[in-house]
Amino acid sequence: MKKRLLALTAMLATALVACSPGGEGSGSNASGNNASNCTNTIPKKDLPVVTMWGWYPNMQLVVDNFNKQNAEVQVCWTNVGQGSDEYDKFQTAISAGTGAPDVIMIEMDRIPTFQIQNALVDIRPYGFDAVKADYSEGAWKDVSVGDAVYGVPVDGGPLAMIYRKDIFDEYGITPPKTWAEYEQAAQKVKDAGGPLFGDFAANVSALTMALQIQKGAAPFTYDPAQQSSIGIKLNDQASKDVLDYWARLVQKGLVGTQDQFTPEYISGVINGNYATYISAAWAPGYLTGAGVGKGEDTGKFAVAPLPQWDPDNPVQVNWGGSAFSVTSQAKNPELAAKVAYGLYADDESLTDGWTNQIIFPLNLKALNDPEFVNLKVAFFDGQQANKEVYVPAANAYAGVTYSPFGQYYFDAMTKQVSEIIKGSVTGAQAADRLQEDVVSYAGEQGFTVQ
Amino acid sequence: MGWLFVGPFGIVFLAFLIAPLAYALYLSLFQKRLIGGTSFVFLDNYVKAFTDPSFLSGSWFVIRFSLVAIPLQIIVALAMALILDAVTSLFTRFSRLMIFLPYAIPTVIGAVMWGFLYSKSFGPLSDIFGLFGATPPDFLSSNLIFYGLVNVVTWQWAGYYMIILYAALQGIDPTLYEAARMDGAGKWQIALRIKIPLIAPALLLILVFSLIGTLQFFNEPQILRSLAAGTIGPDFTPNMYAYQQAFSLANFNYGSAISFALGGIVFIGVYVFLFFTRKRRSFL
Repeated sequence: MKKRLLALTAMLATALVACSPGGEGSGSNASGNNASNCTNTIPKKDLPVVTMWGWYPNMQLVVDNFNKQNAEVQVCWTNVGQGSDEYDKFQTAISAGTGAPDVIMIEMDRIPTFQIQNALVDIRPYGFDAVKADYSEGAWKDVSVGDAVYGVPVDGGPLAMIYRKDIFDEYGITPPKTWAEYEQAAQKVKDAGGPLFGDFAANVSALTMALQIQKGAAPFTYDPAQQSSIGIKLNDQASKDVLDYWARLVQKGLVGTQDQFTPEYISGVINGNYATYISAAWAPGYLTGAGVGKGEDTGKFAVAPLPQWDPDNPVQVNWGGSAFSVTSQAKNPELAAKVAYGLYADDESLTDGWTNQIIFPLNLKALNDPEFVNLKVAFFDGQQANKEVYVPAANAYAGVTYSPFGQYYFDAMTKQVSEIIKGSVTGAQAADRLQEDVVSYAGEQGFTVQ
Repeated sequence: MGWLFVGPFGIVFLAFLIAPLAYALYLSLFQKRLIGGTSFVFLDNYVKAFTDPSFLSGSWFVIRFSLVAIPLQIIVALAMALILDAVTSLFTRFSRLMIFLPYAIPTVIGAVMWGFLYSKSFGPLSDIFGLFGATPPDFLSSNLIFYGLVNVVTWQWAGYYMIILYAALQGIDPTLYEAARMDGAGKWQIALRIKIPLIAPALLLILVFSLIGTLQFFNEPQILRSLAAGTIGPDFTPNMYAYQQAFSLANFNYGSAISFALGGIVFIGVYVFLFFTRKRRSFL
């Protein structure tokens, strides 16, 4: 009996240890609704406080700017981790019914996932009209479910092709305009004994999804008025083609298969192991923060528009980009909404964000600012990256319908992509399996799949 | 009066062991859906778990892993313990400490450290293999991750088991060795016929420890996942799968069911093992 208990206890202990992965996460009560342990210092102590989670690298400055300028409310900020780390904590707080902050930074593709659990508040009643004109229609669309608005957009992630000028010059390559040219260029570099041309990673499902959407895939169709029914199309021809395309590049050894956002990948980028990096507008800031493009590497990078399937009908897509949402656990949604609207919307913060390339701003004040548009980006050796590449890409972006079970879909995609990389399935087979997997999950969760 | 003495333990035991277990069991009998809310489903979650390919493949992985990693750890630990017991020199104490050291390093740090050591581009492997002009093996790839993890686990735990075995060896009455020597036994014979049979209970103990620990494999793969998410899926081991269900997908009910199903497997594994070894203490 004792051993039986021992086994169970030990197991439970593992699970318990796992749910509090140290740092700010331990005791999410403390970092959620409780304003006593903020990372920032609150200057105006007698004002009401709104708690907030976020991970922008310049968050400290943004929060200080807000607190300085605001006479009504103060922000208490905690960084509980980036992306999935934060979502797991938020998800747990939602299930527990307590522990979530008042305002939370989330990537736009996650909004439906949390909205369907009634974890987010529609912020239209709290001063939407006053800021409506500050953002484009498309930006609002990505943070809306139906007519309701569940977040204030901060930054976007128009996709482009970052490449190494030195490698392109060495092998006599000009930036490919189509994916067919991309493959030819990759082959040329390989034949000449050059480095890998790009990277097809299993852990960037949102990027893979964006590349499929570029070819015409529409993974989810979803009417928020009819929450229980959803359309899932993950194995249409476009989705299969894109997976097969990358499967072929992997098979021929033209691209790597290293997980991204890992030290391994970053060191590869620094070493010049990859001639291109298909990524979003926030990538230069991320790479700079990780130490790329400094010292000997200075000025080696440039950026070109994303290769197209059909150059006559170019399609621009987006990866990531975040918004501030008000959670349904907010004690005072009106105050919280003030924070969501005002944070990262002042000129000083925005300017700091885009000059250091931490964000690609969606706020029109910055997006239309000639200084931003004409900026000569140091990371790209003075190239006017915004004017030439990112702003046109952002303007042409049409918005996407995201799924209400984003986490599951992305995990399932990771699994299939890693099978492709192993070579155990073709791209088309992987798409079929993904479809089957996600449809069965949706059914289990009570959706009617069309 | 007796209850008073048992009281402090009893309260802690009930509050921190029985209550969470009971609550998890209770949770595992329900199902919560995004559409339709929570409903009582009795054992459906368990039926689902034992037909769920993710849970089954994860379980199969930890079972295979146990079959390789546990014997390896025990052989390494036993060999080191026997050597340290037989050899007396200045370095014995130092070696003992060094062999034990990995256990003192937190699992998470150990896993991160190995993650870097396995790195193709900045780990020492590339330098070592580069000397011979060979490409280094990628222990974080799906072909080799099994051995990569066997190595991490052995490194971490063999020293700890060695200490347990060494302590048991120290407890043996030295006159037995003298008697054996009088009868003409050599060093090898003493080790194989006297020492090992006499520390069989300690071996049994570490076998049970390692069996329980390995079937619940979680920390190392979970940490290495941040370096190799493609290789190590969220359902890599049953415990990781339970974690994913509960904390990423908010499916605490199914997560609890998986935990209990795994608990069942661990219990059966350990029980069967103890049943077959209960009479023959000198089973080795």
